[in-house]
Amino acid sequence: MKVEIGEVEHVARLARLKLSEDEKELFTGQLNAILDYMEKLNELDTGSIEPTFHVVSHQSVMREDAAKESQPQEAALDNAPDKAQGCFRVPKII
Amino acid sequence: MEYEAVIGLEVHAQLLTGSKIFCNCSAAFGAEPNTHTCPVCTGMPGSLPVLNRKAVEFAIKLALATDSHVAPLSLFARKNYFYPDLPKGYQISQYELPLAVQGSVEIPSADGGKKRIGITRIHMEEDAGKLFHDEAKPFSYVDFNRTGVPLLEIVSEPDLRTPQEAADYLRVLRAILQYLEICDGNMEEGSFRCDANVSLRPVGSKTLGTRTEVKNMNSFRHVERALAYEIERQNEVLESGGAVVQETRLWDPQKGITEAMRGKEEAHDYRYFPDPDLVPLAIDAQWIEEIRKGLPELPLQRKERFIQAYQIPEYDAGVITASKALADYYEECVRLFPEPKQVANWIMGDLLRLLKEDEKEVEESPLSPQHLAGMLGLMKDGTISGKIAKTVFEEMYKTGKGAQEIVKEQGLVQITDEEALTKPIDEVLQNNPNEVAAYKGGKDKLFGFFVGQVMKATQGKANPQLVNQILKKKLS
Ligand SMILES: [Zn+2]
Repeated sequence: MKVEIGEVEHVARLARLKLSEDEKELFTGQLNAILDYMEKLNELDTGSIEPTFHVVSHQSVMREDAAKESQPQEAALDNAPDKAQGCFRVPKII
Repeated sequence: MEYEAVIGLEVHAQLLTGSKIFCNCSAAFGAEPNTHTCPVCTGMPGSLPVLNRKAVEFAIKLALATDSHVAPLSLFARKNYFYPDLPKGYQISQYELPLAVQGSVEIPSADGGKKRIGITRIHMEEDAGKLFHDEAKPFSYVDFNRTGVPLLEIVSEPDLRTPQEAADYLRVLRAILQYLEICDGNMEEGSFRCDANVSLRPVGSKTLGTRTEVKNMNSFRHVERALAYEIERQNEVLESGGAVVQETRLWDPQKGITEAMRGKEEAHDYRYFPDPDLVPLAIDAQWIEEIRKGLPELPLQRKERFIQAYQIPEYDAGVITASKALADYYEECVRLFPEPKQVANWIMGDLLRLLKEDEKEVEESPLSPQHLAGMLGLMKDGTISGKIAKTVFEEMYKTGKGAQEIVKEQGLVQITDEEALTKPIDEVLQNNPNEVAAYKGGKDKLFGFFVGQVMKATQGKANPQLVNQILKKKLS
């Protein structure tokens, strides 16, 4: 076993996920299965192969620097659970 | 034990593009909150970022201007953390393959020479939103207009040893960005920001001590004060046998101290990974060469040119070219009044002093090159004396009026008429019979006293050479 339950708890906390005890067990097992499979892939000798950074072969896709109309403020705030003064309002964070 | 400080700086420079780095929203500062957003910069599902070519061009410009090596291939990565100013839950940045590495800039060294400060890397990323905190109520407000504005992060090598060197490095870097016209360099408004890594080690040691990261320094003066404080604090910790704790500390300008930031330590686990929404960025040599050819004159080149073309001392040229706006101002003055050294003296002395008192940048100077040239012209043709010029200068600065107008309004024209000066001179001599007797008895030094009295009596308007002449005659 490479991943311990403590690590799953740590990553869940970073991702703001709340896991039940059963889920922690379940995901620990699943993550280890994935890592085992990666280990298997690592057995292949890829020394002579260029690393791939992306699944598509495009590179350097760029656009011109042109400012266009943005969405109106109402649309930006449409999904906000709480808003005031044209802003998203959140619990104070300092 | 004697310790030396080891300082490395991380600078964030906001780029002067028209639109954001990955979407077409305006990157302009100062709009109504949340009016420059779209599904891309607010991280709505199904939206895709597309890189702004100009932002890349600007990054390459800085890389070339700092002798950095532009990577033929660079990657965008996601830096994952949660904070209310970050709508996507990650910031698009660069991690493993940054846009440029291994550069350097030159700063003045303490012994009057030069010192090279290494630049570890320059990478591109997007800015986060802006937070406002309610003074009275338990709320913060989030404005996403700044979210996605392009930034360059410039990471220095730990080559800096003193707060002064850190401030010098920042000034040099800011000048380069301004000369390139890719960042306005405004520290107060946050378009040029700096965090510092600070550690201490025994003098002569090669290993680095435990470092702290100091944040929230929004002016050159604050950078110097915060670093000086932090170095002294670590020194005391070490001297008393303690150990420096690796942590993030915030500079509090009111209290003049750095304080450990609460919590947030876990947030340092950013879990970077390549952003699958963005393809790798390949920069070909031809594009780099095109940009290199189009590079403007940079601060060091301009300094050399000033020394050659205007025959001003290296020191003057350094002060004036340290800011692009100031160098432009100087050249305009010299164009209007071709006495380079005299112009340099007025700018470096009186103008910079007044601007500093008002905490103004030269761009905001109420006194234009036309003002200064006009006043120097009046001095040259003898209309006003050097002493009166000081008054006129301050008056122009205060009121924005031209020199000619001020001289006329306040009757400051120099008295160059012998007859007009005879009366005040006679009065001075009559009122100071003891001094006259002492002078005639051999106290030559009193001559200056008489000149001073006459200047005072004429409110500084008397032509000093003429006063000398007449006084000599009368006292002989
Ligand atoms: Zn947008």
